[in-house]
Amino acid sequence: METLIFFLFAALAIGSSVVVVAHRNPIYSTLSLVLTLFAMAVLFVLLGAPFLGALQILVYAGAIVVLFLFVIMLLNVQKADTPHTYRGAQVWAAILGALVFLGMFWLAFWRTGLRLHEAAPAPLTPELVSLKGLASTLFGEYLLPFEIVGLLLLVAVIGATVAARRAGQSGSLEEDVIYVSGDEPRTDPLLSGPDPRRPSVAEPAYKPSPKEAHS
Amino acid sequence: MSADLIATLLKYAVMFGVFINVAPIMVWVERRGCAYIQDRPGPNRVGPLGLFQPLADALKFMFKEDVTPAMVERPLYLLAPALALVPAFTTFVLIPFGPDLQVSGRTIPLVVANVETGVLLFLAISSLGVYSLIMAGYASNNKFSLLGSIRASAQLISYELALTIAVLAVLIPVSSFRLSDVVGYQQHLMWGLIPRWNFIPQILGFVVFLIASFAETNRLPFDLPEAESELVAGFHTEYSAMRFALFFQGEYSNMAALSALGVTLYFGGWSLPWIHLHGWLGAIVGLTVLITKIVLCMAAFVWVRWTFPRFRYDQLMRLGWKVLLPLSILNLIVIAAMTLAGWL
Repeated sequence: METLIFFLFAALAIGSSVVVVAHRNPIYSTLSLVLTLFAMAVLFVLLGAPFLGALQILVYAGAIVVLFLFVIMLLNVQKADTPHTYRGAQVWAAILGALVFLGMFWLAFWRTGLRLHEAAPAPLTPELVSLKGLASTLFGEYLLPFEIVGLLLLVAVIGATVAARRAGQSGSLEEDVIYVSGDEPRTDPLLSGPDPRRPSVAEPAYKPSPKEAHS
Repeated sequence: MSADLIATLLKYAVMFGVFINVAPIMVWVERRGCAYIQDRPGPNRVGPLGLFQPLADALKFMFKEDVTPAMVERPLYLLAPALALVPAFTTFVLIPFGPDLQVSGRTIPLVVANVETGVLLFLAISSLGVYSLIMAGYASNNKFSLLGSIRASAQLISYELALTIAVLAVLIPVSSFRLSDVVGYQQHLMWGLIPRWNFIPQILGFVVFLIASFAETNRLPFDLPEAESELVAGFHTEYSAMRFALFFQGEYSNMAALSALGVTLYFGGWSLPWIHLHGWLGAIVGLTVLITKIVLCMAAFVWVRWTFPRFRYDQLMRLGWKVLLPLSILNLIVIAAMTLAGWL
């Protein structure tokens, strides 16, 4: 039974991840990424780590991919926008990726000499991947690395916010950050219509940033 | 078939019965409730007090013509309404609905899936509900639908954070992610007098949870994804007949699922204060109490819907990020400190 479920969801994960890179419509790609993540979560559960499975769905499928979809739909990326001119680059990227993957695979087997049970570190026990085990490892033994990673993420968030502000300095600052802060009411014409307090109607709805204007 | 499997199937059947009947009943409550608030009779022709109105509605939905516009993205368009119900129903299996039952020497916990990571799994699955809205809006090939689903995705991400952090605060004194442990914790008494229901010490977290769950279910103060005054009907503009009914039922199912979670986390779940029943009587009373609490909670949803006007989109975002999120974090810190001090 478990083997059957494993093969079912392993096949689903592989198939849907192929769709992610191969489909020409970005919406379908993103949606099948959800499927991939879901199948991975099922595999986590099968491996005895339901916590990781739940987190996988909650964080990746539930929040991050929704954000992807949000951006794709907001920018209104169409099928036609998928460039054909990148075909050559895609082939080379695929070959390179395959080489790296095979190299890692080979390295793993070469290093261990196909004696996985001897060379590998102690297998993860159910106690270790359970909620309590994970928590005490994370907040006990690895507290400092954990905090550093948290700090790193915080810095990344602040950096992204600052970068977004700088990119839109030519008057469109609010348009860039309205979804995050909501500080300036009704500046995005797409979502909330024209502002009655703003007299100008002739103002263009979308101002290209200097970079785009040049290209 | 093993006895465990039969027990699980029976429990599943019970939860399915509760789940599938919640929507029609709530439609009746919604329509009568709104009529009462607006001082008019409401639907009162079909059956006593108009109680059979949902049946008439269902029949109408079944026999209406199902129009599929020509330019839709067909696979997604057909998949979206089907997906509207799945996450809500799946989360229902995590809700405990009674005390442990002893049947011929076996202990049967009255919850379909008594998993260690129950609360997390609940949040994880219910966060998948937004895909139905996004797919519907995108596939409809209609600007109003698309705007509706863009709003839905931004809104859900924003409020999920506050909701999750508010829920985490509940789990700190319980020190378990299992929903049946949360109920067990609330069965004790505070100072030997009042039930230890979580909404008393965590009133702040409860308010955050309440507001965020209105936003998560797209109910009225926050129903921007389907704001009819600006977006026709939002993400389900292009849907008709039974497919529309599925979205309709999905909305109520999401309400029911979040009500069930809220009741379990903050109001003692299936348990009654001061009274502890066991065996079959306990099971039946537990289920009844749970349903009653869920219905009361959903009646509050209706009440709010017909009382408050809709938020503007920027107000919604500001409330989510600048008010609810800091409040939920404050609540988390306070609850953690109180737990450390041994007050909870």
